[in-house]
Amino acid sequence: MVKTNKAARRTETADRKQTHSILKELEMLEIKNLHARIAEDGTEILKGLDLKVEAGEVAAIMGPNGSGKSTLSYVLAGKEDYEVTQGEILYKGENLLEMDPDERAASGVFLAFQYPMEIPGVATMNFLKAAMNAQRKARGEAEYSTPDFIKKVKAAAADLNIEFNMLKRGLNVGFSGGEKKRTEILQMALLEPGLCVLDETDSGLDIDALKVVSDGVNGLRDPDRAFVVITHYQRLLEHIVPDSVHVLYQGRIIQSGDKSLALHLEENGYADIIANAA
Amino acid sequence: MNIQTNQQKTEAEEQLGVSLPTRRVESFHYTDLRSLLRSAPARLKEADTAGDNYKRLVDAVRLPFFDGRFFADLVDELPKGVTVSSDAVKAGGDTADDVLVAINAAGEGDAVSVRIEGDSTLEKPLGLAHVANSPVASACYHSVTVTSGSEAHVIDRYVSDAGIGHLSSSVTELSLEKGAKVHWFIIQQENSDATRLARMNVNLEEDTELNIFVLNAGGRLVRQEIMVSVNGENANLAIKGVNLVGDGAHIDVTTSLEHNVPHTNAEELFRNVVAGDGQGVFQGQIKVAQPAQKTDAQMACNSLLLTDDSNFSAKPELEIFADDVICAHGATVTDIDDDQLFYLRARGIPEKIARTLLIKAFVGEVVEELEAGDALEDAFAGIIDSWLDENI
Repeated sequence: MVKTNKAARRTETADRKQTHSILKELEMLEIKNLHARIAEDGTEILKGLDLKVEAGEVAAIMGPNGSGKSTLSYVLAGKEDYEVTQGEILYKGENLLEMDPDERAASGVFLAFQYPMEIPGVATMNFLKAAMNAQRKARGEAEYSTPDFIKKVKAAAADLNIEFNMLKRGLNVGFSGGEKKRTEILQMALLEPGLCVLDETDSGLDIDALKVVSDGVNGLRDPDRAFVVITHYQRLLEHIVPDSVHVLYQGRIIQSGDKSLALHLEENGYADIIANAA
Repeated sequence: MNIQTNQQKTEAEEQLGVSLPTRRVESFHYTDLRSLLRSAPARLKEADTAGDNYKRLVDAVRLPFFDGRFFADLVDELPKGVTVSSDAVKAGGDTADDVLVAINAAGEGDAVSVRIEGDSTLEKPLGLAHVANSPVASACYHSVTVTSGSEAHVIDRYVSDAGIGHLSSSVTELSLEKGAKVHWFIIQQENSDATRLARMNVNLEEDTELNIFVLNAGGRLVRQEIMVSVNGENANLAIKGVNLVGDGAHIDVTTSLEHNVPHTNAEELFRNVVAGDGQGVFQGQIKVAQPAQKTDAQMACNSLLLTDDSNFSAKPELEIFADDVICAHGATVTDIDDDQLFYLRARGIPEKIARTLLIKAFVGEVVEELEAGDALEDAFAGIIDSWLDENI
C-alpha cells in the first residue's frame, strides 16, 4: 500500500515539475511557511519560515545562536528528531517532506554536517562507494566499476588536499576537524548534488583549512546547483561570496538582502534588524 | 512443597538420561536448561552421510562427522605429523556445572583423538566438519593434543539444513604442550531448530599460544562452554567471538579461565548482535590463583540489540587471590546509533543497507583482529553477511 501511494505521489510531483518548468519557475528550493518542532518535547523551533533559492544561487543564512539554523538544515535532510507541523519544502518542485532521508539524497539534496559522524569499522572508501552506488541505483543509473570509482575519488581527493591513504581508514575516525570538513566537501564533490546545504562548515577550521574548503565549494558552483550556506560569521562569506543573505531569527527569516547585509551584521550585530522586524 | 525435589523428570531428561539444571544453579542462571529444553529428539542410531556437499570454508584437511558419527574412510589425506584414531574414551561429569559433559557421556556418538606432533607446522587447517542430517540426539567427543613446538589451525564447524531439529552435544579436550601454537575456530551454523550443547576443556603448558574464535551464526538453543586451565608460564590465550542471535534463538557462551602459574596473559573479546526476540548470554569467569602473580587478563563483551524484544545478559566474574595482577572487564549494551544511521542515510544509503553496514562494522573489528589469514577472515565475513541478509 505504501509503495502504491509513493508511486502515486511521484507521478503527481512529476506532473507538477512539468508544470513548473512550463511556468519557468526555476526555484531550486522553495520553503513555504515551515513550522517544525523537536519531536521529543514538542518545542517549536521553526515558526513560519519562507525561503526561495534559485538554481545557481548561493544563499547565506545567518542568525544568532538558537535561531533555528541547524534545525533548518536537519529538516531539509530529513532527520527524524524534528517534526514538521505546517508548511512545505519543494526541491525542484518535488515535496521533500514526503521523502526518506536517503530518497532526498538520491534526488540531489546534500547536507554538509556541522559535526560529521565518526563511524569506526566502515572504511571511508567503502562508505563512499556504498553512497555513490546507492544514489546511482536509486536514479536508475549503472553502478561505478571499481577502477572508475577509485579514479574519481583520487582526483577529487587531490583537489581537496586529502591524502588518499586516509580514505582507507574508518569514516572520520581520528580525523582532525579540518580533515572532517574537507571529507564532507569531498563527498559533496563526488555525489554531485543539486542542492548543497552547508551547516556551519567554517566552525573549527583554521584559516588555511577554510581556504581549502571554500575553494572546494567555489569549484562546485554551477548554474544547475544551489547552495544554502549556514554560518555565524561574515568570514566564510568573504571566501564563498553569496548572492543573497537571509537573517533567521526565532524560526523565521526576518530580513533578506544581498551580500552587503552580511557586512552590516558584522559591523552592527543583529540588534537593529531584530528591532526593525519586531 | 519443595518443587525441586519433587519435580518429575521432563521428557528431555528421560531421553538424555541426565537431570538438567534450572536457573537455581548459578552457572545456568541465564540459561535455564530445564525449561529451555523440555523435550529432546530420539537417540542416534544410524548416521546419515548425505549432505557431504557443504562447501568447505577454506581448503582444509577434513575429518568428517555425520550425525555425531566419525567416518574414518572419508578423512582427507592427513599431513605428516598428524594421527587420528577412534580410540578416545569419553569423560564423565557428575556436578550440575558439568551437565554438558554428562549429557555427552550418556549420549550416542563417536570419540576421536587427534595428535599433532613432531614440530609440525600444518600448512592447511584441520577441519573437524560436523554435519547433522537427522533429527536425533548425538554426542561426539574429540581429544586433540598438539605436542611441543607444533603449530596448527583447526576449524571446528557445525552445519545443518533448515528444519532438522537435532540436538548435538560435543566435548572437546584440547591440550597444548610446551611451545605449541594453535588457532582454533568454532564455527556454528546450525539451523534455527537445532540445539547445540558444547564443552571445550583446554590445558595450556609453558610458552603456548592459543587463539580461540567462536562464531555463533545459527541454532535455536546453544550453549558453548570454554574452560581453560593455564598451567605453564608465559602462556598466551585469546578468546574472541561473534554471537549472532536471531529471532527465537537463545545463545550462551560461558567461559572460565583458571590462571594457576605466574606470567600468563589472557584476552577475551565478544561482540554480540541480537535480532527479533533473541536472547544472548555471556558469562566470563577468571580465577587467578595465589601463585599466579603478574597475570594480565582483559575481558570485554559488547552487545548490539536490534529490537526492543532482544536481550543480552553479560556476567563477568573475577576471583583473584594473587596481589600483583592486572584484571579488567567491561560490558556494554547498545542499540544502533541513530545519528550514525542518519548520516549514512543522508548520503543516499537506504536504511537496511545502512543498518547492515553499521552492524558489520561492529562485529567486523573482531574478525579483522584475528590474524587468521585472508581466506579464513573472508570466509567468516561471508558467514556474517549471509546471517545479516536473513536476519536484518
